Amino acid sequence: MSTAAAVKKPKISVPFDYSKYLRKGKLPHIWCPGCGHGIVLKSLLRAIEKSGLSKDDICMVSGIGCSSRTPGYVDFNTLHTLHGRALSYATGVKLAKPEMKVIVVTGDGDALAIGGNHFIHTCRRNIDMTILVYSNAIYGMTGGQFSPTTPSGSYSTTSRYGNIEPVFDCCELAKASGATFVARGTAYHVQELERIILESLKHKGTSVVEILDSCPVYYGRLNKMKSASQMMELIEKNGTVSVKQVDKLPPEKVQGKLLRGILHKEDRPEYCEEYQKLIDRVSGK
Amino acid sequence: MAEKKKLFMQGNEACAEGALYAGCRFYAGYPITPSTEIAEYLSRTLPRVGGKFIQMEDEIASISAIAGASLAGLKSMTATSGPGFSLKQEGLGYACMAEIPCVIVDVMRGGPSTGYPTGPSQSDVMQAKWGTHGDHPVIAVTPAYVQEILHETVRAFNLSEKYRTPVLILFDEIVGHMREPVMLPEEGELEVIDREKPTCPPEEYLPYDAGYEIPPLAAFGEGYRFHVTGLNHKDDGFPTNDPEMIQEGIKRIIRKIDNNKEDIWKNEEHYIDGAEVVVFAYGSTARSAKYAVRELRKKGVKAGLLRALTLWPFPDEALKDACQKARAVVVPELNLGQIVYEVERLVDCHVEGIYRVDGEPINPMQIMEAMEKYS
Amino acid sequence: MGYRYELRFSGSGGQGMILAGIIMAEAACIYEDKMAVQSQSYGPESRGGASKSEVVISDEPIDYPKATSIDCMLALTQEACSKYHKDIKKDGILLVDTEMVAEVPQGDFKVYEAPIIESAREEFGKTIVANIISLGMITEFTGVVSKEAIEKAVLARVPEAFKDLNRRALHFGFEKAKELKGKE
Repeated sequence: MSTAAAVKKPKISVPFDYSKYLRKGKLPHIWCPGCGHGIVLKSLLRAIEKSGLSKDDICMVSGIGCSSRTPGYVDFNTLHTLHGRALSYATGVKLAKPEMKVIVVTGDGDALAIGGNHFIHTCRRNIDMTILVYSNAIYGMTGGQFSPTTPSGSYSTTSRYGNIEPVFDCCELAKASGATFVARGTAYHVQELERIILESLKHKGTSVVEILDSCPVYYGRLNKMKSASQMMELIEKNGTVSVKQVDKLPPEKVQGKLLRGILHKEDRPEYCEEYQKLIDRVSGK
Repeated sequence: MAEKKKLFMQGNEACAEGALYAGCRFYAGYPITPSTEIAEYLSRTLPRVGGKFIQMEDEIASISAIAGASLAGLKSMTATSGPGFSLKQEGLGYACMAEIPCVIVDVMRGGPSTGYPTGPSQSDVMQAKWGTHGDHPVIAVTPAYVQEILHETVRAFNLSEKYRTPVLILFDEIVGHMREPVMLPEEGELEVIDREKPTCPPEEYLPYDAGYEIPPLAAFGEGYRFHVTGLNHKDDGFPTNDPEMIQEGIKRIIRKIDNNKEDIWKNEEHYIDGAEVVVFAYGSTARSAKYAVRELRKKGVKAGLLRALTLWPFPDEALKDACQKARAVVVPELNLGQIVYEVERLVDCHVEGIYRVDGEPINPMQIMEAMEKYS
Repeated sequence: MGYRYELRFSGSGGQGMILAGIIMAEAACIYEDKMAVQSQSYGPESRGGASKSEVVISDEPIDYPKATSIDCMLALTQEACSKYHKDIKKDGILLVDTEMVAEVPQGDFKVYEAPIIESAREEFGKTIVANIISLGMITEFTGVVSKEAIEKAVLARVPEAFKDLNRRALHFGFEKAKELKGKE
């Protein structure tokens, strides 16, 4: 039939079975309605499926905060640690068992404020791990205080008159510190996020993926945003532009927007491999 | 069999040798006087035996990394001194709560704050017990001789593995930097304990199974896929808000140490039988005390020494026994009075503290003078 | 009956006083069958300031590791000499560097003055061997360890390329001390 050819075939014919990776007894999760963390988790699980990694070989480490509750829900080796310290625990795990895939789930406050020192030095070492920074510009778990990614001028429970602090650019910080894979995705662009995470999992070295995500309950309410979907549209959809399109767009369409996609990738010696070389050189001596 | 080699070694180096002997294969640390030689020694020796050394970006990262490595199955250690020990408190609490075996060395120096980096001190003994927030168990060993540091480091690892808990090794700048002859133990000479691992199928594994006094600990990456958190948790390792489970969980980690004090305690008694005046000491101060007691005995004073090699849990029974016939007990400390209050709490006789925080050791004369008053 | 022999090596950071103490202690407990403990005290910096290294030698286990009644003390700087000489016991020995110590303390102990650093510079071209010359002199003065033991201990602690230099410096120390004793 002539009309049938015009009907687009759906890309995913079989619904993805997330249950394979979830600890069903530990659900429902604690995330608020409208929070994007669940969307990010689903992208992550699809990426893991495509990576072919086995559940036994994955260690997921987190710090403290809303995103850091992720390890409790997934059926891997999971370690929920102290505020800011996830990368240090992860470094211990990875160096002790380099054959494991270490994935760190952290937030903007956890990674960039209290864990800032660990963040820059983990990137510098280029130790093999994937660091997913769920960046929703707020401390959600403690009830809406400003974080290092809260835009200047916005409101939080500790910036009632507008935030006077400038922001950190998580990706620029990671790159400058030495991370060899740096990318940014959003909870709105779910398929792109899945591809980015998959690439980050394949990368050997420190990969940092900043994931823009919304907190409608605290950030949204305090900043007079009407709904979760409106926030998503404003921050994640309209606030970003793909690195693939940026050159084709007129400057006014790029102005003030964050880039999405793989922003930096390089090959540099990885820490655990370098340490193994050192062992091979000196062992038995 | 080759003749055992006598080496002339620093206390800090002996600590590193003890760690290697005990099977430590992961060290993370941050440079700090007067403990740095431990890191330097292990940075050289660990890779030779296939172990890992990493210099972290700070003290907190160091204790966090050793907990991570321990969960991945390696015996792990970090070392520090006062200011670093303060920073490590949150990681110490995490290891207590999550029941992660690891060893933390604190080579005590003068404080508070930056204090006196190259001066000895015993000012961290109460911080060792109470420094991290929340109710928690603590094991702390307090060696006083270089050879003993080696042996006590092995014992610290053993206690840590056996009781699935962080163990502190407290000594001070004097013993850390002092050099004495050391005989390295041969393989098999000292007992080395490894943590118990689960034998059940992974789907039945409960990392905090209350059915055990000390639940077996699986290593990450070996098929058990368990969860670890610093939150109050159930026997499956997942967080709980259940009041009964919260309280029972905390009580269990304290009970596992309390119920095994006999095994954890270690004391040295010197002329203690029938002693009329007793000195209770630990660490480098105990060396002066031993000298003092020997000199006093020569003079006919019925003096005795009780020296704690395990300071926490506190050796209350040994202390009560030692002071049965005593008129007084003297407590020398390189602080302004910390352990003396533990002693006062336990004994009926007079208690006198001798304190010093000027960076100089307490010399035997000071102890002799104090003890002679009660002879 | 046990004896207790106390030595203190003092100077400023970087003069090798800690190493001198270690070598003396190793001569006693590794190359002879004595007990020895070496301890030290220094400032937070690795150079400068008054530094001291102490060695206690005995034929029985040593509990108190610090020197309180010194049998022999070396001082290579004025600051160290003034600060640390007070613990020298009656009839003890104080060895000072002539060039560095202008104000020699008086007391009921014996003082030897020698141009140790100058000799190191003039005879060996390296001031760093001043500590080894001192060890030679102290061994000759005190006899607390044998010359064979101290030589073995010195050679075990220095790199191959410097063994000959240090052996000569040690023997130079033996000779200088003999000369000084001969003048009495």
